Amino acid sequence: MVPLPRLPRVAVCGGTHGNELSGVYLVRELLKLQREVMKKEQEEDSKPALVLLVLSNPRAMQHCRRYVDTDLNRCFTHATLNGPFSDMAPYEIIRSRELNALLGPKGSPEAVDLVCDLHNTTANMGLCFIGYSDCDWICLHIFRHLQREMPDTPMRFLHFDVSNKESYSLDSLGKHGFAMEIGPQPHGVVRSNIYTAMKVGVQHMLDWVRLFNSGNVFEGGFVDVFTMVKHIDYPRDSETRNITAAIHPCLQDRDFCLLHPEDPLFQTFSGETVRYKGTEPLYPFFINECAYYEKGIALSLARKRRITIPAIRVQTEQEQQANEQGFASEEEE
Amino acid sequence: MSSYNNTARFSEARRVAIFGGTHGNEMSGVTLVNLWTKNGTEIQRKGVEAVPFITNPKAVEKCTRYVDTDLNRAFTPENLSAPGGNDLPYEVLRAQEINRIFGPKGSPEAYDVIFDLHNTTSNMGCTLILESSKDHFNLQMMNYIKKAMAPASCLVLMNEHPLLKYSTSRSVAKHPVGLEVGPQPQGVLRSNIFEAMRVILKHALDFIELFNEGVEFPPCTVEVFRVLEWIDYPRDANGNIIAMVHPNLQDCDWEPLNPGDPMFQTFDGKTIHYQGSGTVYPTFINEAAYYEKQQAFITTRRETLVASAIIKA
Repeated sequence: MVPLPRLPRVAVCGGTHGNELSGVYLVRELLKLQREVMKKEQEEDSKPALVLLVLSNPRAMQHCRRYVDTDLNRCFTHATLNGPFSDMAPYEIIRSRELNALLGPKGSPEAVDLVCDLHNTTANMGLCFIGYSDCDWICLHIFRHLQREMPDTPMRFLHFDVSNKESYSLDSLGKHGFAMEIGPQPHGVVRSNIYTAMKVGVQHMLDWVRLFNSGNVFEGGFVDVFTMVKHIDYPRDSETRNITAAIHPCLQDRDFCLLHPEDPLFQTFSGETVRYKGTEPLYPFFINECAYYEKGIALSLARKRRITIPAIRVQTEQEQQANEQGFASEEEE
Repeated sequence: MSSYNNTARFSEARRVAIFGGTHGNEMSGVTLVNLWTKNGTEIQRKGVEAVPFITNPKAVEKCTRYVDTDLNRAFTPENLSAPGGNDLPYEVLRAQEINRIFGPKGSPEAYDVIFDLHNTTSNMGCTLILESSKDHFNLQMMNYIKKAMAPASCLVLMNEHPLLKYSTSRSVAKHPVGLEVGPQPQGVLRSNIFEAMRVILKHALDFIELFNEGVEFPPCTVEVFRVLEWIDYPRDANGNIIAMVHPNLQDCDWEPLNPGDPMFQTFDGKTIHYQGSGTVYPTFINEAAYYEKQQAFITTRRETLVASAIIKA
């Protein structure tokens, strides 16, 4: 049993990419309903969590584009957040600092306890949690809760093994954080089934936080985690750098179906098959994500492993005080 | 064109253009035109000069639909004759340039046929777009393509509505043909969609080659879907969208929509029903580019057009 600090402040962010519309419309809708949500919490006499609702990139949303100057979801490294200030900085860097002031500062005790950043993908990935850690029990328990509450929704936990120092996405602002990525949906489109899945997922997450803060014990168990291993780019023309092949029809839409050595990867425009030359079978994801063409990624590959998660509950007030005194002593030393 | 024993005669269709990138993020056309510009063997036919052409290079470079204004709405008489040089929006300048090269629109010098390649986020499959019910050459071509593709589906959308018709890139030609293949997200190249478009063009060029050789195409009937009206999303007083295409309607392009059927779903889960007076066939359901044009989908009705026999003059 692992006691963990309370989560009094939760942020739900949409529109980090301005053309990923489920999050945009969901956060707008939640802003409308915010009063009712907080009232319900008081009625149920549960310890309310403060839910911050944020539209991360309003200018990109206005133009229904992923970003205006640069990808906002790469602007949250410590270096970018604390670098030299300039009026001429790209819009998204100015914005990342504003968001850091609102939800962070990153790495400090004032940071919000949990950030859930809402995204869509053109890839057939179902619902994915994307996080930097494979041992953040809060995120892993929330994931398991959603799996149980939404058994008809294909759901995976994706782990990018990036250190805290190098973490670059908006969800890294919180003490805990993850991106909720749902596809397939074209950018600039709202599909009702995708919107509904996101709405239900966010609701279950907030329910979990409420239960956790109220003292609920969450039993241990196991979670399958997909850890990113590498990316594969499209075959490109050596001069123009234009792509010379498309994702092979046998691979298209087959995210998380095991890819074996020699399986088809691409089909060139002259009809040849380019095969996977790796030696290890791996799980493909972000297959044919629109925004990744410019990043040189046709698909990503992951290893799957089963990890055991411990039982957890919220710290008692005594445990919390002991924890804080512990920190204070460390600082004095 | 002159009639003789009800056979319509058309001059040889020698000058043919294939437009890609009219919308810079619709990737099948961009890719095919770039491919054929590099190596045009696939589009060569006896007696046909087939020219592949990127209509909106700046939009293609930025992988965006357009830079200043939608090129596929820009070929109005006002735009084509507008003075002003470099002060004009980029796409208006492009429209004038395209009209110079492939037109002038409405004149005897205009290209015979232009194929304009498009993708849609809607589940429309392979669709041919016809601008006039009286273009027997195009009707015969579309009939040929449909038969060649069978049993795979290739439907014909006809937009002859006086108010809803718009001035397309292809309208510069004597016989404009729109190719619309979906579903494909903007900015994405899907192999199956790309190959489908390639096959449509292959059959279209085969038809033109046969026609130019003097083959007579007997009278035929062609089923088309005639555009009736555009339906917008429900909006609040500030113009914000308050509902999405209903899950029952999403992806159901070309399937009958009856009065009382679910049409939209509000963000808090309520259903809005179709209130029309009769059954319609919706298409362009949830096309990304149409949110800003206030179009959630269009309604059509099924019609059978009769094409007279055609032969080279």
